[in-house]
Amino acid sequence: MEANASTPVARTLPLSRVARRGSRLGQMIRAGITLSGLWGYLFLYAPIIVLVVFSFNASRFVTAWGGVSLRWYRELFKDAAMMAALKNSLIVAVVSTAISTLFGTMVSLAMERRQFPGKLAFDALLYLPIIIPDIAMAVMLLLFFVMVHIDLSLVTIIISHVAFNISFVSVVVRARLVGFDRSLEEAAQDLGANELQTFWYVTLPLLMPGILGGALLAFTLSLDDFVITFFTAGVGSTTLPLRIYSMVKLGITPEINAISTLLVLASMTLLLLSLLIQRRGGGSVVEIG
Amino acid sequence: MEDSFAVEVCDVTKVFPGPAGRPGSEVTAVDHVTLQIRDGEFFSMLGPSGCGKTTTLRMIAGFEHPTEGEIYIHGRPMGLTPPYQRNTNMVFQNYALFPHMTIARNIAFGLEMKKVPRGEIERRVQEALEMVRLAGYGPRRPNQLSGGQQQRIALARALVNRPEVLLLDEPLGALDLKLRKEMQLELKTLQKEVGITFVYVTHDQEEALTMSDRIAVMHQGKVLQVGTPTEIYERPNCRFVADFIGETNFLDGIVREQDGDRVTVVVDEALPLMVQTDRPLERGRQVTVAVRPEKIRLLPQPARGEHNSFPCRVEQMVYVGTDTRFRVRLSDRVVLSVREQNVVSAPSATAYYSEGSGPVYAAWLIEAGRLLLD
Amino acid sequence: MTAATATPKKRTLLDAIRRWPGLQTLVLISPSLFWLTLFFALPLLIVFVCSFLKRGPYGQILWELDFTRLFDPLYLKVFVRQFSLNNYARFFDPLYLKIFVRSFKIAGITTLLCFLLGYPMAYWIATRPARWRNTLLLLIMIPFWTNFLVRTYAWILILRDTGLINNLLLSLGLIHHPLPLFGNDLAIVIGLVYGWFPDMVLPCYAAIERLDFSLVEAAQDLYANEVRSFWRVIFPLTLPGVIAGSMLVFIPSLGAYVTPDLLGGAKSVMIGNVIQSQFLTVRDYPFGSAFSFVLMALMLLATLIYFRTARRTL
Repeated sequence: MEANASTPVARTLPLSRVARRGSRLGQMIRAGITLSGLWGYLFLYAPIIVLVVFSFNASRFVTAWGGVSLRWYRELFKDAAMMAALKNSLIVAVVSTAISTLFGTMVSLAMERRQFPGKLAFDALLYLPIIIPDIAMAVMLLLFFVMVHIDLSLVTIIISHVAFNISFVSVVVRARLVGFDRSLEEAAQDLGANELQTFWYVTLPLLMPGILGGALLAFTLSLDDFVITFFTAGVGSTTLPLRIYSMVKLGITPEINAISTLLVLASMTLLLLSLLIQRRGGGSVVEIG
Repeated sequence: MEDSFAVEVCDVTKVFPGPAGRPGSEVTAVDHVTLQIRDGEFFSMLGPSGCGKTTTLRMIAGFEHPTEGEIYIHGRPMGLTPPYQRNTNMVFQNYALFPHMTIARNIAFGLEMKKVPRGEIERRVQEALEMVRLAGYGPRRPNQLSGGQQQRIALARALVNRPEVLLLDEPLGALDLKLRKEMQLELKTLQKEVGITFVYVTHDQEEALTMSDRIAVMHQGKVLQVGTPTEIYERPNCRFVADFIGETNFLDGIVREQDGDRVTVVVDEALPLMVQTDRPLERGRQVTVAVRPEKIRLLPQPARGEHNSFPCRVEQMVYVGTDTRFRVRLSDRVVLSVREQNVVSAPSATAYYSEGSGPVYAAWLIEAGRLLLD
Repeated sequence: MTAATATPKKRTLLDAIRRWPGLQTLVLISPSLFWLTLFFALPLLIVFVCSFLKRGPYGQILWELDFTRLFDPLYLKVFVRQFSLNNYARFFDPLYLKIFVRSFKIAGITTLLCFLLGYPMAYWIATRPARWRNTLLLLIMIPFWTNFLVRTYAWILILRDTGLINNLLLSLGLIHHPLPLFGNDLAIVIGLVYGWFPDMVLPCYAAIERLDFSLVEAAQDLYANEVRSFWRVIFPLTLPGVIAGSMLVFIPSLGAYVTPDLLGGAKSVMIGNVIQSQFLTVRDYPFGSAFSFVLMALMLLATLIYFRTARRTL
């Protein structure tokens, strides 16, 4: 127990200061907390590391080490079905990202700047795709397509991806709009720019980091999506995650490690890019959920 | 003098609807305001926050439209004209420099919107930068400049378009004291050079008094008084103006008699003082006499001639370097603030009086008092 | 003055859009409104309605609607007869009740473990120097947002009988038979905890970071040791974050599908798996819809609790 004289009330400082208290109990607790912090990261990255490491495993037996080799990556590129799945994934991702980024940005502008009847209800509708469980959304879309007699295909996948990506894009773009300095737009108008010109020369460039960040997020989510795609894909419109899933169900092969590694690294890169673009544009790190 | 004023605000009212359209919660930000701003003058709107000065400015700029009334710029009614079609330019409180453009591009923006040819744009941007003494800063970005520099760029960006009227919304608010004083003089000089009408909004009365040709004092959406700094300061027409500008002593009393332009007002039932007025007043009318602290002197005996003199007791004395402030008590309920300049190195009055001593006489010229009728 | 450089027709359209901000708003929201209504709200409605219908002998949904005969009371009776609560009644079948119970159990254990893992981690991050914190959080978020399927698959490699852990322990001679770490509820819990604990860390971190630490110092000045000051001061004040995090973990865990599918065995069926089998294997769409709808209702309930308790203070 120490006498705390005139300590500054800076909140960040005392938090670390407490961690340095002298008692044995305190030290143990402090060690325990540090341990749990580090262990958390280990736990989080271990499976990914396992995937990466074993994707270079020369041995056919997935968990016996046989030396480093690029064999499975080479097999990947020879696998026609895999390449077709990759192509499909990219088509779906590009198209659904383009559509959902456009729609998502437009709706963000409306939600953050306009009032209209039913806005609250629409806001809820916008958030629902984010909180609804994957499986529920997947079956509901499947049922819809069945009832309306739309054949399942790449198109139905795209439709489904757009359905949830609009919401994700709008979360990112709206975060960017909230802190937007409106006086910049007023200044532009004062200097002779009409509404369209103001949007083009001032609003859009400043919004771009958010839009790009949202687009990258949408792309990643589309690329990685499994459950919804599984239910809304037609025969012959296999995407990468679907292919991986069927391979896993058939039997574990080392190729799976290779493609998984590629997919995870791609996603992580895209996400990092998305966050960096948003940060560099002056926004704060966006946390979803 | 020209028939048309640079800016004419004609009986303008602005009402903002309350939140979510709740009836009865509207805010009347501007209440039947009429102003006539002359060509080439430095006109300030002064008042506490919420008095409507910024809203009025924004209506001149075109960001808001009057609920009632009309605004004319050089005789042309503005109606619902949007800001980009008006020949006014504004310097914003937070400068509003486009962060994604260079300084040169910022300044050139208005010219680009008007499709001025490239060569002329470059020339005028250079001129503008030189005018605010920031030549060579063109390629930099706003976030590389200090607050004072950003402010000057904002000014350049507005002036380069040669507007009919320049509107300034508390542009010096974010600067520290010394810089602010420097910029005040610079702005004043600049305005005289360029000759454009400046409409300036501020809550800092010293700033307004320093820079303006004329001031409009506003409160709760209404214009209380318009006049030169001297008029506003020496002849405030109501209690609020007298109180808002500088310091004032207020003496409430009743009219006892009037002799031409001299009125005798009895304060606190026992203190008769004389004050000048230009209007007839009936006996028994309640009035307030305003006297500024620096107009009052402390003397060892009553002053002679056209003075009001009252015996009083010195209750408090505070030395503040350039002058000494006194609080003197005339009676149970009447206390005056007095300011005497320290003409000699020690407060002159201490040669005669310290706290609690007497007799002391507080005296001021009759014409230094001002009669207020609210 | 801006010149009218556009053709007259275009000018009137632009003018119209400018003059009526309502029209602008409409243009901005209509694509999304259309898409979400048609491909989200409508399907939701369809699922709801379908859950009250019956399945036909060939796997189709028994559904007939003849608008022209709606006012015929006889037809109306037949029409209404199509709906029933049968599907919902089937939930009380012990087979399905067991599945519900198991799902809740698994989700609950997952949430608890996520708390035990996530809260200290959040605390640790909050006690790092300020400039590290954002990076540390980033390091958690990025893997979290990558492919869930692939990360769950990785656990197959680690947990199964011939997997990493068992191989290691066997070769070290610490065990003689592989540990049953796979194909059971344990594997599912591990997979879910792995997948969702970042969603616990973030809200806890936000709550801890917001804590006014002078309160802890006051407690310690009043003779509370570290443990006491945690339980009586820190934990209660960060409780909103804990609740928020719990909801963010519990909700997805309840609706888990991929994890039990890949890591669980035939006996470790959760709600998500039932829905999948009803739709893709059994093709009892009405029953699957009912299941799906109950799942969504539970989610909604949990979300409401989350919004009520956590959002207020967070």
